[in-house]
Amino acid sequence: METRATRLGLSLWALLVIAFLWIPLLIMAVYAFNSSNVQSWPIPGFTTRWFAVAWHDEEVRAALGLSLRAGSAATAIALVLGSLAAFGLNRFRFFGQSAFSFLLVLPIALPGIITGMALNSFFVFWGIDLSLWTIVVGHATFCVVIVYNNVLARLRRTSGSFFEASADLGADGWQTFRYVTFPAVRTAIVAGALLAFALSFDEIVVTFFTAGSQNTLPLLIFGFIRQGQQLPVVNAIALAVILVTAIPVYVAQRLTSDIGAVARSGAAAEQSTQA
Amino acid sequence: MASDAAPLTEGSPRRGALRSLSSLAWRHPRLKALGEISPPVAAFLLVYVAALVALFVSAFWSVDPFTSEIVRSWSLDNFRTLWDDPTYRTIALRTIGIASAVTVTCVLLAFPYAYFLVRVATPRLRVALLVLTLLPLWVSYLVRVYSWRLILNEDGALNWSLAKLALPQLHIAFTNWAMWLVYTYIWFPFMVLPVYAALEKIPYSLMEASADLGARGGTTLRRVILPLAVPGIAAGSIFTFSLTLGDYIAPTLVGGPSSQLIGNVVFANVGVANNVPFAAAFAMVPLGIMALYLALMKRLGAFDNL
Repeated sequence: METRATRLGLSLWALLVIAFLWIPLLIMAVYAFNSSNVQSWPIPGFTTRWFAVAWHDEEVRAALGLSLRAGSAATAIALVLGSLAAFGLNRFRFFGQSAFSFLLVLPIALPGIITGMALNSFFVFWGIDLSLWTIVVGHATFCVVIVYNNVLARLRRTSGSFFEASADLGADGWQTFRYVTFPAVRTAIVAGALLAFALSFDEIVVTFFTAGSQNTLPLLIFGFIRQGQQLPVVNAIALAVILVTAIPVYVAQRLTSDIGAVARSGAAAEQSTQA
Repeated sequence: MASDAAPLTEGSPRRGALRSLSSLAWRHPRLKALGEISPPVAAFLLVYVAALVALFVSAFWSVDPFTSEIVRSWSLDNFRTLWDDPTYRTIALRTIGIASAVTVTCVLLAFPYAYFLVRVATPRLRVALLVLTLLPLWVSYLVRVYSWRLILNEDGALNWSLAKLALPQLHIAFTNWAMWLVYTYIWFPFMVLPVYAALEKIPYSLMEASADLGARGGTTLRRVILPLAVPGIAAGSIFTFSLTLGDYIAPTLVGGPSSQLIGNVVFANVGVANNVPFAAAFAMVPLGIMALYLALMKRLGAFDNL
């Protein structure tokens, strides 16, 4: 229905949008190999030495360690709470249910500064010193919803008749969970965990308010940039961080586009009865 | 059906505590759901809701100027300062202004793009472009802001390209223009998805009907497509608006001396000035704005599209 000119114009627009989204990332990637200390364009030559410098920097290693520990702990908490919430809210309607699902989304829907400031005030209120655990609590708050969304989406796609069939065949609740429910949601749980970890590894707005004087990797980079220090190292870490977060996101995407074990075997079963 | 299964398990010899608990859950699904939902509810109430309450309460406290201890007595001083001091009013208005400008720009960029994805692109191209649009969301947000600092610098890629094209140099590094550009860049994917979802839901027959009734492309766009896309645009705007209100990274990295936003005033009051009560009071401002904004967007049907 669109005229030729409209279609051409829209195609051009799409091309510009993609260029707008990706050119800055490509430029960032090129800067990581900048042989000069000066951050001007174009770079005079290529070197990989900043990756080595970054890797051997004690401060960077400590920050990386803190980020990994905080991310793992926050992911573990988010896994438990997010999966429980998804299972609990899947089939039943509760009083206050919509209020609760709204509450779960709030930490990522509200401006980050509010979540950060709220947690900071909370820790100050109770006289809790900022530590690894306050960072973990902060990250878990907004990671729960990621796991919750992934698991709930999978549960909704899984037909309730599987659980009923399992019961009809004499399975108890535990057996149904072990042989039917868990295999159905397994990949969604793993995907949720990977995304939660990627989110935690990257987060900075909330982290500042729960970290105190400690540095996660993003906080360290932020400090370096603000003070204009170690900029070549920053470029190298930035590229490394892009690649490190791309991996879990890619794997998670592969896992969720998968329909899941139960749905697949269910489709096969349906076909065999028809035949 | 559940009750049919229960006698079998009860007769089974391998009944342990876990098993009887699981049969109990199986026979009383509501009880099971309640058991599952209590830990996350409790965690959210005890930490997140409690934290929001703490934010509210500490906004009324103050800091002793001599000992820099927090004085836990109620006073409206923080809010009075925010209201009376024109600096803070300017900062709040600037923040709202930039958030609005960014939201409008994101809509203008995203609408034709989403329309292209739905109506022009082949299915394979559509998937590829959606991945290319969403992937940057997962690239470190700090890194994405920083990449613009490299580009906008006086001797960065932007001015280099302009020189090659024999165009005049731009000096937008460390200005509000830079913040506008950077925010549009980083929140753009949040706008594309809901607009795309809204446009995808519009049945093709509606556009045909519109054409059959004699409407030209522009009229169909204005009277059929746009109204149906409004909920999606509203949903996207929640993110672009809210995320800008609460950010302090872009003002710190690409903003200038006259581009303070609410976010970096709060940031400075926690980090440097050590005035948590004042920071809490100022953080209440975006909270209030978002409450109003969400109420407005709810009327536009945004929540069915999140």
